[in-house]
Amino acid sequence: MIHALDRKVLRDLWRLKGQVLSIALVIASGVALLVMSLSTYEALSMTSSAYYERYNFGHVFANVKRAPRTLGDRIRMLDGVQTTELRISMQAVLDVADFPEPLMGRVVSIPEGRQPSLNRLVLTSGRFVEAGRPNEVVVNRSFSDAHGLRPGDALTAVMNGKRRQLEIVGVAASPEFIYVLSPFALMPDKKRYGILWMGQEALEAAFDYDGAFNDLSLTVRRGTDTRKTVLELDALLAPYGGTGAIDRKDHLSNWFVQNELAQNRASARVLPTIFFLVAAFLTNTALTRLIATERNEIGLMKAFGYSNREVGLHYAKFVVAIAVLGIVIGWVLGAILGRMSTDSYAINLNFPMLIYRPSPFAFVIGALVSLSISLLATAKAVRKAAALPPVVAMNPPAPPQFRSGGALTRALIGWLDEPSRIIARQLSRWPARAVVTSVGFGGAVAMMVLSLYFTDVVDELARVHFNEVQREDLALGFNEPQSSVVLNEIGHLPGVLSVEPLRIVAADLVAGYRTHRGTLHGVAQDAALTQVFDVRRGALAVPEHGVVMTRQLAKKLDLAVGQDVEVRVLEGRRPVVRLPVVGVYESYIGMFAYADIRAIDRLLLERPMAEYVNVSIDEASTAELLRELKDLPAVSAVAMKSVAVQNFHDTIGETLMIFVGFFGAFSFALGFGVTYNAQRIALSERGRELSTLRVLGFSRGEAAYILLGETTLLACLSLPFGCALGYVLTGVFINAGGFQTELMRVPLLIEPSTYGVAVSVLLAACAVSCLVTKRWIDRLDLVAVLKTRE
Amino acid sequence: MTKNEAAPAIERAVTLSARGLTKVYRTGDVTVTALDHVDLDLYSGEMVVLLGASGSGKSTLLNILGGLDAPTEGRVYFHDTDITGSDDRGLTAYRRDYVGFVFQFYNLISSLTARENVALVTEIAADPMDPAEALGIVGLEQRIDHFPAQLSGGEQQRVAIARAIAKQPAVLLCDEPTGALDSKTGVVVLEAIERVNRELGTTTAIITHNSVTAAIADRVVYLGDGRITRVDRNSRRQPAGELQW
Repeated sequence: MIHALDRKVLRDLWRLKGQVLSIALVIASGVALLVMSLSTYEALSMTSSAYYERYNFGHVFANVKRAPRTLGDRIRMLDGVQTTELRISMQAVLDVADFPEPLMGRVVSIPEGRQPSLNRLVLTSGRFVEAGRPNEVVVNRSFSDAHGLRPGDALTAVMNGKRRQLEIVGVAASPEFIYVLSPFALMPDKKRYGILWMGQEALEAAFDYDGAFNDLSLTVRRGTDTRKTVLELDALLAPYGGTGAIDRKDHLSNWFVQNELAQNRASARVLPTIFFLVAAFLTNTALTRLIATERNEIGLMKAFGYSNREVGLHYAKFVVAIAVLGIVIGWVLGAILGRMSTDSYAINLNFPMLIYRPSPFAFVIGALVSLSISLLATAKAVRKAAALPPVVAMNPPAPPQFRSGGALTRALIGWLDEPSRIIARQLSRWPARAVVTSVGFGGAVAMMVLSLYFTDVVDELARVHFNEVQREDLALGFNEPQSSVVLNEIGHLPGVLSVEPLRIVAADLVAGYRTHRGTLHGVAQDAALTQVFDVRRGALAVPEHGVVMTRQLAKKLDLAVGQDVEVRVLEGRRPVVRLPVVGVYESYIGMFAYADIRAIDRLLLERPMAEYVNVSIDEASTAELLRELKDLPAVSAVAMKSVAVQNFHDTIGETLMIFVGFFGAFSFALGFGVTYNAQRIALSERGRELSTLRVLGFSRGEAAYILLGETTLLACLSLPFGCALGYVLTGVFINAGGFQTELMRVPLLIEPSTYGVAVSVLLAACAVSCLVTKRWIDRLDLVAVLKTRE
Repeated sequence: MTKNEAAPAIERAVTLSARGLTKVYRTGDVTVTALDHVDLDLYSGEMVVLLGASGSGKSTLLNILGGLDAPTEGRVYFHDTDITGSDDRGLTAYRRDYVGFVFQFYNLISSLTARENVALVTEIAADPMDPAEALGIVGLEQRIDHFPAQLSGGEQQRVAIARAIAKQPAVLLCDEPTGALDSKTGVVVLEAIERVNRELGTTTAIITHNSVTAAIADRVVYLGDGRITRVDRNSRRQPAGELQW
């Protein structure tokens, strides 16, 4: 049996269904965003830690030029070390039948016939490699999927200068390669970069590494300080060409996984709040209006003997019902979006399984936050309704007081026509309401700017990276530094126009107690294919002496131009030198330090060498050149820029469209919700005035102008504010969301066109709201309104 | 009743003419006949009072005459133009150009001053008088820049009358103009209407259930159950100032 008052709540909700739904949708958007971000976070976080745990992902990783396996005993003796895995890991050029370009791959050793003890594989089909079968290989799943490779298929790899026909016996995933990034690349490319696991003996033979290793990972016992382990490991590996050990948190694949987690956490924190606040405001105005129209009813209820508490509760139920409706829609939407988002991670990241099993936590948080904000925002209105004395309630409210305002206002209003004066006076009579409507609409604009901003930033990153920093057509890498003889050889390949060497040596850059484990890049002073590019000042000259470094690196090391940086090279004869910092430049990606390539050669006491070369080519001969490159023994990595650019846009474009689509829809809902509510409330308060105008001979359009003109004016006024707020919100979001990191500094650059699009979309939302409300205005019952007292 | 019975002594032009007006409201299974085949002519410059109890159909009649509502059956002619078939646009133009309305609850725009409420109408009218002049006719020269909340009920109603006449309408339709007012204030409002009728020659129809008001009219039309039950001619129009109730 439903109480009469509860029946009234239901009827009120039904009567105001347009408004109720628009508010509920704003709440739903907030809840959905929260549930989506949090549940995706949970899925990613739980899956990755379970994955790391179950498949023994290492805690510390190190590369070394070549060390004897007997060193393993001394590593295991280090304090806290639990398990070690010594491997051979090499870059290789791959050749898959029917694929025109040479592909890149990393070949990693595993023990024959069994799982490695660390970084275990998840075999999704086939089996492990067996002893005595040196051509057997297990490939990573995303690569095999991209090429349709299955156990039993063959592929060719150029290893140590020799072409090897390999037989795929298994397909697997590994916690080490969730995020697979090839050298040179900004984005993972499943098709052009593969991971191959081969038997240890087979690789020892292939690379002449008998009884030796060049890659190591280890786990430590709980409570061990890995920073200490890294230092001890460095000392141990230094004589063998150790290029510096790293902690798990700096491991590239894991870094990206953690970064995705951070972004989801930021989404959960920053964005839903905006929706909840706007929804709270909308609920408050709707309820205040409802109470104003129901003064008589409140008086009656009191006259019948209902207590203040019962009356208050009655209106609180109205608020709770709207919130609950929004929460339920938000839950469903959030669960669907969370699943979609998780699925997209499962596809883009190489998880063997990504289980979407959202805990109640995200749902409960979403419900609690939105419900309590709604109740808090309406508490005052509810209390006021409860405290209304019955006698007062039965009388109509006093008419609103208007004033002519000061001389300035009068002058401003003076040249308006009467309908516009009505608008102006309404705004000055309820300035707070006007401000909040504008802020709500501005919030929607801001949200739209934020979502569109990401297309700007992707364009800008691509422009700087591909047009300014990497100006080559083709980049080649070698497992071993190569002399100028090889450069000459490459220069004579068909279609090659120019070749430029590039050195990248592992080094610790040290200033006082601050250290950065990274690389030093050597570029020729007259280099045209790679540039030290300052995003504000343009290309900088490579200094003859000293280094130029990115601002981020200079900041990390607390260095300024003119000071010295200590460079501890981790390769070759491992020199330690102090070099002056002669320039600091702004960049978006990486923490780079550049020096003249000849200076690095001199430092290492080597004749001119290069780990990489940049090549410009004649497009007409591309196919022929690629064919020849597949057979060039020294080359271990090949990257075509045109392919990289295409891949960058393909990979990011798809994700971005989904993201922009979601957020675009959410901000549209927000903008619509704010305007529609403002208009419906105004219509409810002033329907009588509009009817009067219609009776006096105003056309429907003229009458509608007064009401729709007001909200449209507020929307227009809020546009500059919304754009500014969008700028601030974007800044907050990229700072909180894992976009300002050592690997990437996303610039806060918003194109004018982005503001233009955001403004247009939100004006469209306002226009849709106007059209819907206009239909209500057209249906005003002129006679009924005039016959009754308000 | 025939047309001639109620005709004035001197033949004057007919401003508004209703023929066979019928209005039936249907809500669910209930059918209410608000007007039942009513014929009525309003002559140029004439003051008519429509008297009747609540539910007699007098407001329905006025609304149809003013172009606010459409009859279920029958025709309304303004001069010789049939307005019954007009669409919304046509009715809006009719109200804008020819009809002045005064309502029981004033219906002023609270955010506009007295002068601006009048200007609201003069801005869209073809041949309006100055808002100040219209407010002068109803005796509100001194209250011209006041907002509705700063005016008494009688003053608000006089602003509404000024607003209705400022466009110099062909007909002035008043629906219970004194219904929300005490008798003293009501007299002042009726005086204003009387003055407009006399000085501007505006055809005026007043709806009321207050029979005392009937004395100020040229003709008194009695309505009951949706029909015209009787039409009286007053040999002498009593000045509104002499009324008492």
